[in-house]
Amino acid sequence: MGFTSPSLEYGALAPMLVIFGAGILAVIVEAFVSAKLRPSLQLALSIGAVILSFAQVIRLRGTETVTAANNSVIIDGPVLFMQGTILVFALLGLFLIADFEQFAAQASAVPGSEEERSAIQTGKMQTEIYPLTLFAVGGMMLFPAASDLITLFVALEVLSLPLYLMAGLARRRRLLSQEAALKYFLLGAYSSAFFLFGSAFLYGYAGTVQLSGIASSISGGAGNDIFLLIGIAALSVGLLFKVGAVPFHAWTPDVYQGAPTAVTAFMAAATKVAAFGAALRIFYTALAGAEWSWQPLLTGVAVITMIVGSIIAIAQRDVKRMLAYSSIAHAGFLLTGILALNKSGLEASLFYLAIYGLTTLGAFALVSLVRDSSGEVTDLNRWVGLAKRSPLIASFFALYLLSFAGIPLTSGFIGKFTIFSAAYESGNTGVVVVGVLSSAIAAFFYIRVIVMMFFTDPEEDTVTVSIPSIFTSIVIWIAALTTLAFGVFPTPLLDAIASLSTFVR
Amino acid sequence: MTLTIIGALPLLGALLISLLGNSQKENIKKLALLTSILTFVATLVAALNFEIDRPGFQFVEKYSWIPSLGVNFQVGVDGISLILILLSTILVPVVILAGWNESEGGRFSVKTFYILMLVLETMMIGVFAATDVFLFYIFFEAMLVPVYFLIGGYGSGARQAAAVKFLLYSLFGGLLMLASIIGLYVISSNQIGRTFDIEALQTLKIDSLTENLLFLGFFIAFAIKAPLWPLHTWLPDAAKSATPGTSILLLGVLDKVGTFGMIRYGVELFPNASKTFTPLIITLAVISIIYGAILAIGQKDIKSLIAFTSISHFGFITMGIFAMTTQGNSGATLYMLNHGFSTAALFMTAGWMISRRGSSTISDFGGLQRVTPILAWSFFIAGLSSLALPGLSSFVSEFLVLVGTYTRYPVAAIIGTIGIILAALYILIPVQKALHGPTTPGNENLPDLNKREVIAIAPIIALIIGLGFYPKPALDVINPAAKATITKAGFTDPAPVVQGGDK
Repeated sequence: MGFTSPSLEYGALAPMLVIFGAGILAVIVEAFVSAKLRPSLQLALSIGAVILSFAQVIRLRGTETVTAANNSVIIDGPVLFMQGTILVFALLGLFLIADFEQFAAQASAVPGSEEERSAIQTGKMQTEIYPLTLFAVGGMMLFPAASDLITLFVALEVLSLPLYLMAGLARRRRLLSQEAALKYFLLGAYSSAFFLFGSAFLYGYAGTVQLSGIASSISGGAGNDIFLLIGIAALSVGLLFKVGAVPFHAWTPDVYQGAPTAVTAFMAAATKVAAFGAALRIFYTALAGAEWSWQPLLTGVAVITMIVGSIIAIAQRDVKRMLAYSSIAHAGFLLTGILALNKSGLEASLFYLAIYGLTTLGAFALVSLVRDSSGEVTDLNRWVGLAKRSPLIASFFALYLLSFAGIPLTSGFIGKFTIFSAAYESGNTGVVVVGVLSSAIAAFFYIRVIVMMFFTDPEEDTVTVSIPSIFTSIVIWIAALTTLAFGVFPTPLLDAIASLSTFVR
Repeated sequence: MTLTIIGALPLLGALLISLLGNSQKENIKKLALLTSILTFVATLVAALNFEIDRPGFQFVEKYSWIPSLGVNFQVGVDGISLILILLSTILVPVVILAGWNESEGGRFSVKTFYILMLVLETMMIGVFAATDVFLFYIFFEAMLVPVYFLIGGYGSGARQAAAVKFLLYSLFGGLLMLASIIGLYVISSNQIGRTFDIEALQTLKIDSLTENLLFLGFFIAFAIKAPLWPLHTWLPDAAKSATPGTSILLLGVLDKVGTFGMIRYGVELFPNASKTFTPLIITLAVISIIYGAILAIGQKDIKSLIAFTSISHFGFITMGIFAMTTQGNSGATLYMLNHGFSTAALFMTAGWMISRRGSSTISDFGGLQRVTPILAWSFFIAGLSSLALPGLSSFVSEFLVLVGTYTRYPVAAIIGTIGIILAALYILIPVQKALHGPTTPGNENLPDLNKREVIAIAPIIALIIGLGFYPKPALDVINPAAKATITKAGFTDPAPVVQGGDK
């Protein structure tokens, strides 16, 4: 029996191939290039790969939708938009990662050991962070493009495994970081099992792993509904874990807090796009016909996610944990976009993911600047009076927070407006009202941080705002400018999305 | 372009000020004053070109802004919004001149104070001029930010807590309104295509349950802003903690956004729902009138006193709006204007008294009539205007509101008149305590008003007396718009029409 090699559509797959290729190349660099050259070479390689890949996405924009790699991948408008967004976030994330201050000198050394000390003294660096980032980016780009359950699962693992490692690489408070990584890994593995379990049941129901095949089985009505329901439920658990929806959110605050801030920034922005991208594809195409079965469930999840995220955030005393709960609340707002199940819901979700990610990157980049002698200070009580010491940094952070709160003239407002109007259009009025009310609750803790920074006098024990490196400044400025620009003139982005946003079933 | 230019002037001034150095305090103040005076002159020129008898909006401008959402940058004024823009642009220069030094000693720089003040002026003009609901909402929410920093950064006492309370109340209302705006948007996109044009939205056909809910979303936001009992609790705190200048803009202009909204986005947009809720709203308005007045009588702090009198006055305005008669409605709009002037005069004089004496407790003053006669007379006239003495401007509006309400809701109007009696108490008691009697020890050497302060208050006193004797120019502008509102709401004035005192 001869072996026929699969035909691959290299053109359509180019954005992902570039990233995966660069990842493999980066591993080789890691093995053969001297430690001295590695940091700059790895950074240049990663940034080059991201830019090249982005150019491929731009090239593909507007071309005919194709299925590639034997029907396991679909490249359509929304996928291209999400891949482009992920690449932009990856670029900004790499800028933050380039600041090596945050990472462990030698991840394998036991915290507090002699080995660790000598690694720090000799100036060792774990440049493996670059290939890990590239693989994660590749996985994220594949996740929303996957058109069968197996590819989905593979993509999910490819994006998750590097992230588990990256979360454990913090230079300071290493035990906390390692604990976060382990938690993330264990819970992630658990949710992957759910995802696989759900896939198996859906295969049992439809007799195929193709999303289009599942859709036609549902519309045909043949098959065992019990299998379908179990499949949907278990698959949803896996997806909702990744997006950080309540009650599968428990990992979020720990991982956001423990991971190096640059990794948190990248993860918070890009993973959301990938996970919501896949969720949107699955619910909008494969499971759209069975909306009667998942809409009530997802409505409940969206409602409690918005409420729980907003309320628990009030009690947080740590900036990174607060942003983590805020991201949970935002996951709830994004779920209303899935619930809408209409074209405006898809467009609004894409818009929201893009602008939320940019603002989030900026916010975490700022967090990495507020330090004292022992490293980053994330305790909110010590952010008191920040505006006195660094008015510009405090104003930027206030701008990001106002955008998270959805105040007009920031991109967050347009995001909320479009996503809630999509949900209202589909008749989910109750969810909109809950969303609006939990926005009011959320506003409370965003404003409290602003009050702390601007209206409270600093105590003796002060923190310093370190002067940002050029890379970090770029991220902060881009985040601030886009937050304002897409708040005042969202039209270019909205139009770009509108021209791209039909899923191929 | 008229309205855009008027609105852009203060913003331009703010931009110029931001280029100046922090230490050039006098130049910053002069530039701010000059900008606000120019803005007023521009508004006055526009107002003189306003054609009284032409129905609908004038000075209309429309530019596409976010086409995919159907949002336009769309502005225009009718009589009601023109009057309120005039009020705003008069008060800003007066406030800057009256509180020449109140920007100093705050948490932020003098420069920041005037930048915030001028940005706020742009937003005040925008919020009244907007004829696109989305644009209106943007101004409505965005103006919270400068006010928040003005209260929290430059006030006194528990200013941060007051600023946060103000912000959270307003945001809560604003978000409810957002839900209603989303509802309107979806209904409009189903019926007439995505639009936020206020005139187009009036043509929508909405089923009555939805209309009631949408109306409530708007109304609660406005009732917090205005503020109406029982949503008023943020106001006394904010007014007490803010600088007098900020309080004047807060009570004189910002709160009017609430009552203005009730007309433009309540009665005109949801006539049937307005009808349904009228009994409830009139009741709340009457409670506000009595409650505000009684609490004002009990206040020991002069700024809290003025805040509570305003709650009573906003009760009158709301009652006039929902009486659904032409007199009631034009009375309410005139009331907004007059209340702006009388509150401004009260807060200005109170601010001067407080900064001279270093205390805001009424009993710390006494015998000011002898020591500082000009200040005392100004406070007295402002107070008389606040209690609606015939011959002063507020009398006309209060009379119109009561007459307009009586023809449809006699009981409410009669209970409302009790508010007038209580008003005499809450004004005359502090007047007696602070101005008359023996001079309280420590007050003998308080200086009287200086030239700058006299120049600041003179135009306001002149307007209070002038509009009291001759309210016709204001009413000529307001009446057609008020009539149009009542027609849009589907009401006709009950016969026989009772003539207002001015006719």
